[in-house]
Amino acid sequence: MKVSEIMKALNAELIYGEDFLDREVYSACGSDMMSDVLAYVKEQAVLLTGLVNPQVVRTAEMMDMRCIVFVRGKKPDEGMIELAKEKGIPLLGSKREMFTSCGILYEHGLRGGGHPYNG
Amino acid sequence: MDEIIRQHYDVDGSDFTRAGEASGKIKKTLKDIGFTPEAVRKTAIAVYEAEINLVIHAGGGEIDVEITPEHVRIVLTDHGPGIENVELAMQEGYSTAPDRIRALGFGAGMGLPNIKKYTDEMDIQTELGVGTVMTLKINA
Repeated sequence: MKVSEIMKALNAELIYGEDFLDREVYSACGSDMMSDVLAYVKEQAVLLTGLVNPQVVRTAEMMDMRCIVFVRGKKPDEGMIELAKEKGIPLLGSKREMFTSCGILYEHGLRGGGHPYNG
Repeated sequence: MDEIIRQHYDVDGSDFTRAGEASGKIKKTLKDIGFTPEAVRKTAIAVYEAEINLVIHAGGGEIDVEITPEHVRIVLTDHGPGIENVELAMQEGYSTAPDRIRALGFGAGMGLPNIKKYTDEMDIQTELGVGTVMTLKINA
């Protein structure tokens, strides 16, 4: 699924990353706990989170994640956007809640990956 | 790459927003010198968890890195409170982090188990009231 398709599916706004709209995303992970995100490597994943602090971008950086979606209308601050630019990670913002956002992407064929219990 | 690369980082314990800077630099170094993507990511995640621990538990510390063609060895040193029960801290879900840390997305009790999972060798030397030295090794 491309970043642009995720954007459309979630009715999300592009906070940063016009150059990355064609980037392919192959799996997804939704969590507000970065420790849990770090526990299971997902291949070229999108991270959905309602947490806003620079460690969200750092976590995505360490995991080689392809895109971050902030759910529930959460907005990253300037420092986070700068960090995302530095690391080349596109940022999207959706007003939808976590459960709904994950459900929509699941319907579009994205899966969890990286964990034996994930379909 | 023939020679051994050594790096030193000071980790500021008072600035949570900057935690992970050193890990980002270490990750970039490994990527640039051609470590496999898997080794780069394993190292990045392990050292990032450990760097976060330095900031949230130990008031900061130091990170020393040694990179050879065969492996990367990372030594994290702090003068924090020490780990009371290492065996317990190694269990998934066990955490002594306060709620303010959990509100930042950490403190789920996955730090040390994650570090163990992503490294080939992990050693912890800790003394209450003195500090902790953690050594990590990841094969290239």
